[in-house]
Amino acid sequence: MITPEQRAEFRTHFRYNVGRRLVLDKIIKSAVFLCVVVAIVPLAAILVNVFTNGSSALSWEFLTQIPGAVGSDDPGGIGPAIQGTVVLIGLSSLIGVPVGVMGGIFLSEYGNNRYGRTVRFFNDVLAEFPTIVIGVFTFVLVVLTVGNFSVWAGSFALSIVMLPIIMRTTEESLKLVPVTYREAGYALGIRRYQVIFTIVLSSAKNGLVTGILLSVARIAGETAPLVFTILGSSQFINGLDGPIDALPLRIWRLSSLPYDSAVTQGWGAAFVLIILVLSINICVRYMLLQKKEKTFLRFKRLGVES
Amino acid sequence: METVTKTPAKGNFAEKIKYKLIAENISARYDGIVAVKDVSMKFHDRAVTALIGPSGCGKTTFLRCLNRMHELTKNATLTGKVLLDGEDLYSNKVDPIINRRKIGMVFQKPNPFPTMSIYDNVACGLKLNGVRDRKILDEVVEGCLKMASLWDEVKGDLKKPGMSLSGGQQQRLCIARALAIQPEVLLMDEPASALDPIATQKIEEMIQELKKEYTIIIVTHNMQQATRVSDYTGFMYLGNLVEFGETKQIFENPRNETTAKYVQGQFG
Repeated sequence: MITPEQRAEFRTHFRYNVGRRLVLDKIIKSAVFLCVVVAIVPLAAILVNVFTNGSSALSWEFLTQIPGAVGSDDPGGIGPAIQGTVVLIGLSSLIGVPVGVMGGIFLSEYGNNRYGRTVRFFNDVLAEFPTIVIGVFTFVLVVLTVGNFSVWAGSFALSIVMLPIIMRTTEESLKLVPVTYREAGYALGIRRYQVIFTIVLSSAKNGLVTGILLSVARIAGETAPLVFTILGSSQFINGLDGPIDALPLRIWRLSSLPYDSAVTQGWGAAFVLIILVLSINICVRYMLLQKKEKTFLRFKRLGVES
Repeated sequence: METVTKTPAKGNFAEKIKYKLIAENISARYDGIVAVKDVSMKFHDRAVTALIGPSGCGKTTFLRCLNRMHELTKNATLTGKVLLDGEDLYSNKVDPIINRRKIGMVFQKPNPFPTMSIYDNVACGLKLNGVRDRKILDEVVEGCLKMASLWDEVKGDLKKPGMSLSGGQQQRLCIARALAIQPEVLLMDEPASALDPIATQKIEEMIQELKKEYTIIIVTHNMQQATRVSDYTGFMYLGNLVEFGETKQIFENPRNETTAKYVQGQFG
């Protein structure tokens, strides 16, 4: 037991420097705020820079036309690149999302063993891989085997880039679902896969969606794997087994040309890419999380704490 | 481990049929640490059996052994037998899933599924076990919510998320969810420990109602609750079943000295 004398002694060790603490509190607060500003400045600067440099290129023709001949008076547009990027994102997600989510489920639900740890380790290694290596790998595996650059090859390379991100975020968000929900499911005599797919997965939806969107944003801007797989093209898509264009590739090509109009178009294309990723992000979030947001708002109106 | 479900000898067959659930020599370990030591208990059909004892005495672990939830915990091991209507739950031939449908469970903390509505919380056990008929689902949801005395409070907003209810209502929702799969035995792990006296009273009244049809086993910290709701009481201490008998006998005339001390509130 602690005696009253001891208690009094303990109290003498407390520091009652309220003034200093208040100052410290303010310092920490401003430091945190400052860091946010430091993080936001480059973001805002990039956005402003891209927009001011590229806005003069933006027009309906720019978004829909095929690129003009290099150095000619008619610079054309980046239509094929926009189309290509959208197709690539779609196809890569078609491959990468199911495989990644399933892999994440494996790591979280069944991966608590040596095999799971090995997969997790190599998955993390894959996430750190330079994407150009993935491009070269796909070039050797797909392009050389099939004999031509293709949309499929590009989607394959990009889905490899997506995979580790989705797998890891899925795993982490599934692990956050409390064990009590799973137990409640098991106690109802529900089979394990059903507990995972209905109860656990839906509870982890937010984290899952965030992970998928992060990976989409990541692949939308990848250039290196595309150089080796889709080659680039100045025509609209002509079948999935032929080369196409993509925004990052087009930006890279345009900005390395020695003409001012091309460079401006490069800025414009960069702006379009940013807006594209942003709108995919907003649309998906709105579609998938709409219901929850709505119920949340209704709670607020009812005064129920969530 | 091949456990053959033996047809009991004729002599004790009559005896076994009286009991819905029989636990034989259950020992449970976590990471090699023994939580339940060789506990045998027989649970009467259509009666409430309470398990009392101080914290950490193995009540909850024992309860989780009865519907094979214990084995879901990592590094948990178990020896012994649990007979439901004379059939060993731990026999290799029996699918634990089927047994968990016969033995419902209510947990200590209310845990409604966060993404589901009140209706879906109750119906999901059926839906995921293959019931599609909307009419049956509606009937079960209404019936179970009535049995859990929650229907009058939520009948207007079955579409609302289960999480929007208060703690006591959530717990009753979880009871309705457990009842929805039409179990024969109901395990309750301190179902009222997080609730206020009024909600507790409602749950206790409900237990009295449910006991006409179910075999109920309830773990509780609250000795008054045990005397109020149960017909039989088992006192557990340090993983052992110290004494088991009719509630009246355990509380008024305990045979064991430790039991006497505990029910008189001398330790706990």
